Amino acid sequence: MIRTSGPRRRAPRTGVDWFLTFLRVAALTVIAVGLLAFIWQEIDTDNPFARWANPNATGLTGAQFRGLIVSGVAQGCMYGLIALGYSMVYGVLGFINFAHGEVFMVGAMTGMITSNKLADAGLWESNFIGSLVFIVIVSMIVCTLTAVIMERVAYRPLRGSPRLIPLITSIGVSFFIQNASIVLLGPAAKAYPDVPDWVKDQHTFMQIEGARILVVVVAAVSMFVLWYLVEHTKGGKAMRAVAEDAEIAALMGIDVNRTIVKVFAVGGAMAGLAGILWGILFRSVIHTTGFLPGIKAFSAAVVGGIGHLGGAMAGGISIGVAESVGPLLILEPLGVSGVSQLRDAVAFAVLIGVLLLRPAGIFGERLPAEDRT
Amino acid sequence: MTATVASETGSAGPAETPLAPSRPVLAQDWRRLVRMGAVGAVAQIFIALSNMPVRLDERLVVKPILSLGYLTLLIVPFAAGHRVGHQIKREGMAVYAAGAHEVAGGAACGAVAGGGVSLLAVLLANFDLREPLVNWSPMLAELLAFGNATWFAVVIWLLIGAAVGGSGGALRVLGPSTRRAVVTMALAVGGTAVLEPLVVDLAEGMRLEALTDRLYAPRGGINWTSALGLAAASGILAVLGRGRVRQAREHVAALEGAKRTRTNLGLIALTGAALVILPLFAGKLTNELLANVGLFVLLALGLNVVVGLAGILDLGYVAFFAVGSYSAAVLTAATSPRINPEMPWLVALIVVVIITGLVGLFIGAPVIRMRGDYLAIVTLGFGEIIRLIFLSDWLSGWFGGSQGITKIPGAGIFGLTSVAGTDPRRVFYLVLAFCAIAIYVSWRLERSRLGRAWMAVREDETVAEAMGINTVNVKLLAFVVGAVLGSFSGAIFSAKVGSVFPNSFLILVSIVILVVVIFGGMGSIVGVIAGSAVLIGVLGGPKQPGLLAEFSEFKLLIYGALLIWMMLARPEGLIPSVRRSRELHQQEMAQDAWLKGQVEDDDGNGGGRAAPAT
Repeated sequence: MIRTSGPRRRAPRTGVDWFLTFLRVAALTVIAVGLLAFIWQEIDTDNPFARWANPNATGLTGAQFRGLIVSGVAQGCMYGLIALGYSMVYGVLGFINFAHGEVFMVGAMTGMITSNKLADAGLWESNFIGSLVFIVIVSMIVCTLTAVIMERVAYRPLRGSPRLIPLITSIGVSFFIQNASIVLLGPAAKAYPDVPDWVKDQHTFMQIEGARILVVVVAAVSMFVLWYLVEHTKGGKAMRAVAEDAEIAALMGIDVNRTIVKVFAVGGAMAGLAGILWGILFRSVIHTTGFLPGIKAFSAAVVGGIGHLGGAMAGGISIGVAESVGPLLILEPLGVSGVSQLRDAVAFAVLIGVLLLRPAGIFGERLPAEDRT
Repeated sequence: MTATVASETGSAGPAETPLAPSRPVLAQDWRRLVRMGAVGAVAQIFIALSNMPVRLDERLVVKPILSLGYLTLLIVPFAAGHRVGHQIKREGMAVYAAGAHEVAGGAACGAVAGGGVSLLAVLLANFDLREPLVNWSPMLAELLAFGNATWFAVVIWLLIGAAVGGSGGALRVLGPSTRRAVVTMALAVGGTAVLEPLVVDLAEGMRLEALTDRLYAPRGGINWTSALGLAAASGILAVLGRGRVRQAREHVAALEGAKRTRTNLGLIALTGAALVILPLFAGKLTNELLANVGLFVLLALGLNVVVGLAGILDLGYVAFFAVGSYSAAVLTAATSPRINPEMPWLVALIVVVIITGLVGLFIGAPVIRMRGDYLAIVTLGFGEIIRLIFLSDWLSGWFGGSQGITKIPGAGIFGLTSVAGTDPRRVFYLVLAFCAIAIYVSWRLERSRLGRAWMAVREDETVAEAMGINTVNVKLLAFVVGAVLGSFSGAIFSAKVGSVFPNSFLILVSIVILVVVIFGGMGSIVGVIAGSAVLIGVLGGPKQPGLLAEFSEFKLLIYGALLIWMMLARPEGLIPSVRRSRELHQQEMAQDAWLKGQVEDDDGNGGGRAAPAT
């Protein structure tokens, strides 16, 4: 996995460049001013600057701030798990599997159906951990199948076509899965059964909800397993080889098709796991559940540097924290009202900002040979 | 046997490969057959559980025999039976004549597909899965069993599957002219049934009710006697008109210079006249439909400049539609919260164009340097951000938040008339005028220096840059032109509907426009217009009903499936632009040419055709 950093040709600066520079500076200024206002306000509630920017600003208490960070990290872990699928597929095939967010939605839906069936049978209350493991396994299997079928039907025939063609196809796949969920399961939001108290309640340990701890622990464990799979098994080696150069990998006796199917399967399984975590965190799922988390997870993959496993996780956590803290930290002190409505906008802004400031992501990209330009 | 056949075809030369004799009935490719049948069965179960058959059962196609609901189920074994007989033509390989083999294969495949419905009928009778699957209903079971017992459903669907699949296979056996006649007949009947509301409406306007009363049954659907007559008439026409249409088209294509221009002008004038005269006879419903189609033609033409000509995949195109609508609303409506200059519509339009152009620049500049796929996602993000901003409390003092802006006056044209949604005919004429402008602009742009630059960038950006094209500016211009065209549609939309809400500008609008452009043919003006007419006219837009209003629950599902299928089967679209399809199939063409050259060399340059250059 070589990072390409050849000598860059200096293009003459055009109007667009000046505009971009202006945008970068403006974005950084907004962030800096917002942060300064926030910090000053925390130190001294009645300072003139904060009053001027937003007369109604109240600032945050330490507990609120911690709550925001923790919920951001928990959601970020979920985004990270989804982002792994984007990142791995992009690393191997060089296209954005837009429908990956929908695989996550399928996972959440599967979890909803199975957990409700288990609750009807009384198993959900009596043996929560066992049921949870069961629904995770079912959901991972269903999502793996979804991802593999998707690859077989929609993407394999298009291998080698211009880059935008599979992207457009994946938009179609995403649209299809979303609407298939509407016509099969109905358009209403569906609820998960009630979870035990220890998951809902805040714990003595830093006053964190059990569900959030669960999410972070599960994400960490699965991340470790995935890292082991990719870095220390033969199959993982094959994946890395195909990501590096599919043609050479084929010459070395690696079955490229099978490896690609494996990549989709692993990505699907991770999305299935994330779907269950979504269900535990929010206990409600609807056909559009996959759309925004999908886009945010893609942003996470880009932020971390696409093709980079640890990067995907780090990017997910950054996006999660940014969207949960950002509106209150930067926008509210600047006098924007109703900031929590803008959290999705903040997540997109992070994506745009990273692509403007550092397009290769925090850890740098790992891309197939022909995509490195 | 294969060897002798191959040598036979080989000796005859590649120019006109004679068919090998039909294969024996039982020499089927069973694995392929079962696989195809199984896919069909899954598709059948999916369609049945999506509630399409139950919902569409009320819309009759042919009066007592066939409803649209059953048609959705029957189309699957037909397609499977037809598809299974498909032979991949390879240079130098034998192509077998179609015969009993294809019919039997189709029947077997169709039976497997029909078995899916049989299985579902059994499951419906014995299990209750209503909890997750909302359409698991006794109604569905009854529909599948034709009101009889479950065993009847099992048997009848196997038989129906076999019969329909067999006829699908039989379509391959027919000679080309007979096949064309059959297809024309099916299309004529189906088309007449689909167009029913339109035809009835027009007939009423022209005082021809007697005709439609005879053709259609009182509660919808074609009378079966009329259907037979219609099929016979279209069949005869198809046989008589065999080749005439193609001759005419080739004749037009062969014209050159002034003659060609004259013919084209004549055709355009004819179409224009028809479009001007038609609404006069049509009722409110048809005009509303035409106006909706026109709005989407405008949007699609705008997106066509961005996606089709310049090759920039903009998934946030709805942003420009939204900005156009909102700025027109703010500028014309007296009820707009913060600023309400109450401009006349045409003056407002100029300001709207400037605003949207600037927004296009503002969105375009940061994304234009990105890789194509990143650009797609980021524009999607921008599309969503714009909607969220209109929706937010932050700017609700300007744009009304989730309440939107209501009571927008109609579009006044020089004080002569006012065009509002209450009179769809005027809306249609207004849309038509703007469509004409948009078509002219795209047509001129496509042939301009800028248009050629766009196409060069689309084909290969590096080469285009090496040729001295300022790729950044050129792409940015495409973005702005697309934005301005989209803003026209937005301004008309707000005047037509009379109110704007953030939820009219969901991302799915962008996706629907993208489907329209891709279905019609990226980069082809005629294709894009045809695409919107077919998709928006028949199935309907994101919120607007089409001719098949019963499909409204399923249209987005169909759009998604259509997008996948188009990309897999025909990425150049319904009516492709010549240059674009050449780009897409460049590799195949080169390969074909190479193969042909190779084959002819093997034959000792037989065949009498010049070997194409590799």
